[in-house]
Amino acid sequence: MSGAEAPGDDAGVVAVIVTAATAREPLAVFGNGGKRAMLRPVQAARGLSTRNLSGITLYSPAELVISARAGSELPEIEAALAAHGQHLIAEPPDLGPLLGAATPPTLGGTVAANLSGPRRIAAGAMRDHVLGVRAVNGEGTVIHSGGRVLKNVAGLDLCKMLAGSHGTLAVMTEITLKVLPAPESTATLTIPGLDVAQGVAVLAAALGSPFGVSGAAYLPAAAAARMPELGAAGEGVALARLENFAPSVAYRAGRLAAELTRFGPPRLVKDAESRFIWRAIRDAKPLPAAEADAIWRVSIRPSAAPGLVGALAATGAGWFLDWGGGLVWIAAAAEASTHRAITAAASAAGGAWTLLRAPEALRAGLDVLPPPPPALARLTRRVKAAFDPHGILNPGRMYAGI
Amino acid sequence: MTVQPKPKASVLGRRDEIIAGLRKLAGEGAVISEPACLRAYETDGLAAYRQPPLAVVLPETTEEVAAILRFCQANEVRVVPRGAGTSLSGGALPLADAVVIGLMRMNRILAIDYGDRVATVQAGVTNLAITDAVGRRGFFYAPDPSSQLACMIGGNIAMNSGGAHCLKYGVTANNVLGLTIVTMAGEIVTLGGGHLDAAGYDWLGILIGSEGQLAIVTEVMVRILHAAEGARAMLAAFASNEVAGAAVAAIIGSGVIPVALEFMDKPAIHACEAFAHAGYPLDAEAMLIIEVEGSEAEQDELLARLAAIIRLFDPLSLKVAATAEESAAIWKGRKGAFGAVGRISPDYLCMDGVIPTSELPVVLRQIAAMGRKYGLAVANIFHAGDGNLHPLIMFDANDASSMAKAEEFGAEILKLCVAVGGCLTGEHGVGIEKRDLMPVQFSAADLDQQRRIKSAFDPDWLLNPSKVFPLAAPPVLQAA
Repeated sequence: MSGAEAPGDDAGVVAVIVTAATAREPLAVFGNGGKRAMLRPVQAARGLSTRNLSGITLYSPAELVISARAGSELPEIEAALAAHGQHLIAEPPDLGPLLGAATPPTLGGTVAANLSGPRRIAAGAMRDHVLGVRAVNGEGTVIHSGGRVLKNVAGLDLCKMLAGSHGTLAVMTEITLKVLPAPESTATLTIPGLDVAQGVAVLAAALGSPFGVSGAAYLPAAAAARMPELGAAGEGVALARLENFAPSVAYRAGRLAAELTRFGPPRLVKDAESRFIWRAIRDAKPLPAAEADAIWRVSIRPSAAPGLVGALAATGAGWFLDWGGGLVWIAAAAEASTHRAITAAASAAGGAWTLLRAPEALRAGLDVLPPPPPALARLTRRVKAAFDPHGILNPGRMYAGI
Repeated sequence: MTVQPKPKASVLGRRDEIIAGLRKLAGEGAVISEPACLRAYETDGLAAYRQPPLAVVLPETTEEVAAILRFCQANEVRVVPRGAGTSLSGGALPLADAVVIGLMRMNRILAIDYGDRVATVQAGVTNLAITDAVGRRGFFYAPDPSSQLACMIGGNIAMNSGGAHCLKYGVTANNVLGLTIVTMAGEIVTLGGGHLDAAGYDWLGILIGSEGQLAIVTEVMVRILHAAEGARAMLAAFASNEVAGAAVAAIIGSGVIPVALEFMDKPAIHACEAFAHAGYPLDAEAMLIIEVEGSEAEQDELLARLAAIIRLFDPLSLKVAATAEESAAIWKGRKGAFGAVGRISPDYLCMDGVIPTSELPVVLRQIAAMGRKYGLAVANIFHAGDGNLHPLIMFDANDASSMAKAEEFGAEILKLCVAVGGCLTGEHGVGIEKRDLMPVQFSAADLDQQRRIKSAFDPDWLLNPSKVFPLAAPPVLQAA
């Protein structure tokens, strides 16, 4: 790519897209570019970055809404929210270290990839909290969807469609999110000495309790070893997080510990230490991944997770589970045969997989997402054409030829 | 009255042939065609609009739905999907040349998985039946629209239904993990599968709330959650809407998010009290019902925090429920609100705008002024935490001028909601009722983008026509 344009307003974004559409030339669309090592590489001579579309444009803490331009960096938004005791509900990760990015993630990039952290299990994904977007489609037309209120069912919900579309449908220029008060207190119960089946059983018991568990992860021994603060050297460990007002967390931790004792004596980890652990899990720090390894994420029914990781044994993969077992992080050799083995096992277990990191040559020649069945593939092409009729926005990023 | 498209003569003229074709596909007992029987399907919860369909077909399987849609597509017959027919926006209103596909016979709960916290149900299962099925294990399905006893999950998907507790638990779109849909071409597509993040574009996100414009939903996988240990409510009465609105902002700003935060204005308080004798404060201009969840001790702690905030706003009265029974008494009037208004007025329109919560006092003042202008009474019920306002406009449907005024009044309220930064509908949907107001909220470009997505799914615009989008020729997509 010869260079990327980074306009500072909607008119500039429109101009870049209109030029590309007129010339029928593909555009690589990104924010800070930290996720360009994800999914399939985009073959494009031109680039369009949203990084100069920055700044919070509306923040009304008492109405639980914040709007910011798409290139705003997440740390800036998180700091503004923290000043009012609020936070991003979906706890989006910073995958920069994992993807070799030196810059922080942008709001637009995080929404476009629909990346959510551990709290997804209790409070929804990034896409669940997008209240409104302004975007420019592949013809250079500015479109709006949603708004700045918490409920809105007028018309088709393009906000969710654009979230998770990886810049292939339209370029988001401004995003409005629902936010919530950050919890006053947090605590984590850890139970060491469990195999994966026992670990998922603990997480199911915790999530099936009335105590509002907001994080539920299982680290096998190799992953737990990367987090010495857990004090679970050589053993698999299950973790359940509680977040709320301090007296409530104390009460719930006591009740939940009593309920989980049948799996082994739980240890209580409090505030700062608990926050540190979940930040690490959010960013996949426990994943035993060599520098050259490829990384996959699989969304799956929790009950199918033990079978899936069992099936991975032959590949020598490292892994850990978040979302109660419903998110499997996997690291293994960056080879096409390993990719096929892992994705075949994930598909057989009913999971939806993403090749999150791999050398460009490998990503260019493989499916990075499960190929949709024919009827859905047709809908995918038609919806892509409904937004981007000339196919210029991040072509091939999700699926070859789309 | 809203203009409807002209029935296709080519379809009306082949009525017998089309009905015979449907009988062949779904069986003799699944097709309704006698005019007297069709009357049962001529309207929905928006009873001011009535139009019997060409025929009604009641399939029992996804495959039957697919065969019927293929047949209708081949014969260029319009299709109106229908669940329980409780839509308040006319989402299931038939057309004279349309076949209604009723999903009520697809009413089986297919699987419940407590470990993965997922229930798989057919589209014709009622909202409350899901909670009933999982309740004995302490679980529930969170979205709780007022019509939950009757409304069906397929209709909840179409309208992205909410309820009084969505401030904490979200709306339908936040609680669905998978769908089986049938496209107008008769293709069966499964989306998601009981796990949290489905692959590819957010098909669940675009389908939920699409009001039957894109496909017919036949099966649904919903998240089920374990209920909190208990819940309790409090009732606070205030001297003005402004003060009550300020109390709402102070509560949210304090970091406490109640599971429900309901606001009623004076006319609503009086109507509900006369009906339910719930002990509501008749001297108040506004009241709040606030509910919290947790153990007894947690409830006490949260209610004490909330009471301390409310006392800063000089409440006329403040009643904290000590027991579940006292909570139920506080809710009794609110839950009967629609019946209560129905008792004092022969008919009412239930509006469904959303506003930024800070605009509440201004909006209520303007609605009161509009009521005086139109000479119609209005009571306001408001999901205060999320800004969803339900003005109930009282009128007499036997008086054409009263009804016309009520519709004009309603439209003016919704325009006001948009003008202050809100939207036309928070949980009832656009349907036929708000179709022609869509340009108030959306630019031509915004609507064109939505219409192109409709075309991507349903190129001939046969699915639930004349709803949601102002009438215009369908956009043609470039070959894809």
